Amino acid sequence: MAETENKSSGSSSGSGAYLDFEKPLIRIEEEIARLESLQTGGQRDLSNEINELRTTLKSMTKQIYSNLTAWETVLVARHPRRPILSDYLKGIAKDFVELHGDRNWGDDKAMVSGFARIAGHKVMLIGHSKGKDTKERIACNFGCAHPEGYRKAMLKMKLAEKYGLPVVCLIDTQGAYPGIGAEERGIAQAIAVNLMEMSRLRVPVVCVVIGEGGSGGALGIGVGDRVSMLEHAFYSVISPEGCAAILFKTGEQARRAAESLKLTSRDLKKLDLIDDVISEPLGGAHRQPEVAIQNVESYLAGTLRELKRVRIETLLKRRYHRLRTVGGFFESVQSRREGKTGVRKGRGVPASRVLVEETGVSTSRKRRIDSVVSG
Amino acid sequence: MMATQPTEIPAKKSDVPEGVWVSCDKCGEMLFNKQFEEEYLRVCPKCNHHHRTDARMRIKQLCDEGAFEEFLSDLVSTDPLEFKDRIPYKDRLREMEEKTGETEAIVVGKAYIKGRGVILGVMNPSFIMASMGAVVGEKVTAAIERALEENLPLVMVTASGGARMQEGMISLVQMAKTSAALAKLDDSGGLYIVVLTDPTTAGVAASFAMLGDVIISEPKAMVGFAGPRVIANTIKAELPEGFQTAEFLLEKGFIDRIVQRKDLRSEVARIIDYCGK
Repeated sequence: MAETENKSSGSSSGSGAYLDFEKPLIRIEEEIARLESLQTGGQRDLSNEINELRTTLKSMTKQIYSNLTAWETVLVARHPRRPILSDYLKGIAKDFVELHGDRNWGDDKAMVSGFARIAGHKVMLIGHSKGKDTKERIACNFGCAHPEGYRKAMLKMKLAEKYGLPVVCLIDTQGAYPGIGAEERGIAQAIAVNLMEMSRLRVPVVCVVIGEGGSGGALGIGVGDRVSMLEHAFYSVISPEGCAAILFKTGEQARRAAESLKLTSRDLKKLDLIDDVISEPLGGAHRQPEVAIQNVESYLAGTLRELKRVRIETLLKRRYHRLRTVGGFFESVQSRREGKTGVRKGRGVPASRVLVEETGVSTSRKRRIDSVVSG
Repeated sequence: MMATQPTEIPAKKSDVPEGVWVSCDKCGEMLFNKQFEEEYLRVCPKCNHHHRTDARMRIKQLCDEGAFEEFLSDLVSTDPLEFKDRIPYKDRLREMEEKTGETEAIVVGKAYIKGRGVILGVMNPSFIMASMGAVVGEKVTAAIERALEENLPLVMVTASGGARMQEGMISLVQMAKTSAALAKLDDSGGLYIVVLTDPTTAGVAASFAMLGDVIISEPKAMVGFAGPRVIANTIKAELPEGFQTAEFLLEKGFIDRIVQRKDLRSEVARIIDYCGK
């Protein structure tokens, strides 16, 4: 399965890791490198050829990446060189004070939490940790958290609540760990409690899916005032492979399942299931990690500034309204039979937009999002 | 993972109409169908196997006679994903409606249990494995809100394969929606009793099924988050005997009591008398 191939080729260093559909880009990149080495060694001026190739590379990258299929998006989100939590910690979390343990069972390395300063805001930063190399990846179960991970996250959120610190959750997991210990220690209960408690946490909560948004394991730290995604991240109720195995009776149909599940940021935004899409650099976050990280930082900076202005009671009311109305895709049989267009389809106006209008920061928010999008 | 109904055995004698006898799924004991359903409540008198039970029959078992008033009975999905696996999702829903006579996987309403007024939700395991999509999420949430408004205890009889894949992320957000509504009920001091039945798993277990003030379960009900096959594949080992059963959860400290089906009515009433208003 492509997933395993992709994972096994996952070295954080070296340029070997690329995806099938990126092959044409890699060929051009190699050609550029070849010409450049000829140029430095030599007699002929090749700058025209090199520039031409660079232009082709850029337009080709743009063309490929603006038309990614859902399955290709899944592969990009799982790319071994895609920035992960530890890169964000280095890039945007100033003065990070890691806080371990759930005070009950242990310290789950798949879930990292601690105090941090992001763009000047003191926050509680929580995220799934996948690990950079094989050793790290095994230590943190490839980002699949156990119940103690979710309970640790909740404990630190409560601490944040006590001292009025906003919570920032960076989501990147295939899902909660499927194992005996996880069931013995109540993984379902741990996630359920987080969903309930996050809905009423008395501080702003911002959640960003930075890579894989794997089902309940992602949602377990994914309830907040804003839920957003990086452009090429995905968020799904089940992995495409799992869905294919159950519904199409073969894991080979993962591509088809990925399309059907509508798991890309673009589709989820259209369905109003997420608030914002944070753009990635041309060719995906793995090509220019620092740009992707910077985009997330400026998104968080603006969003935190905006949410901190709102009175907590108002914020909680809006958060609940958002949760109450999201995904309301149902209608009554009666109205369907009568051919009425009475489709009760989610909220009329997204909570984020209401917030913008009411607080009158519409233009600054728009400008900020534009700048993020063009970043 | 479809519900396993007792298999009806063909009548041997010409004067016995079909469907009169059934055999227990577990021990194969031959049972007189009418007695099996009405007297034994679909529990085998020989081996105590609690057979899966449809919502309507469950409501009849639990509530005082004629004391159930359903609401939101006609909600259906609008299928915004236009999902299609082997057949289009819309056709699957229609098929299910024909097969079960229900429009969705849960029935909610106001009820009386031994004279105590409650808001009751009962999931229907024979409707796409009682998976949760937008409609189930809305009905559960509406039931929570009614319990809050009318200041009545909320009783949820759960059975579910989890979030409904055919509704993609719309299903996943229902977990957050129902849990957020329960936070409101909790804030207001409302009582929430969960009755876990076979099987309660995945997205439903990881949301409203595990958030009861009191959680009781029928014996041997399968309750867990990840599917046993997925776990076995991950750890590459066999799973221990009795893994993910009600008894397992009781031992690990995640449920309060295991209750026989015949005692559910009186048990729910007892709890309400201690906690209810």
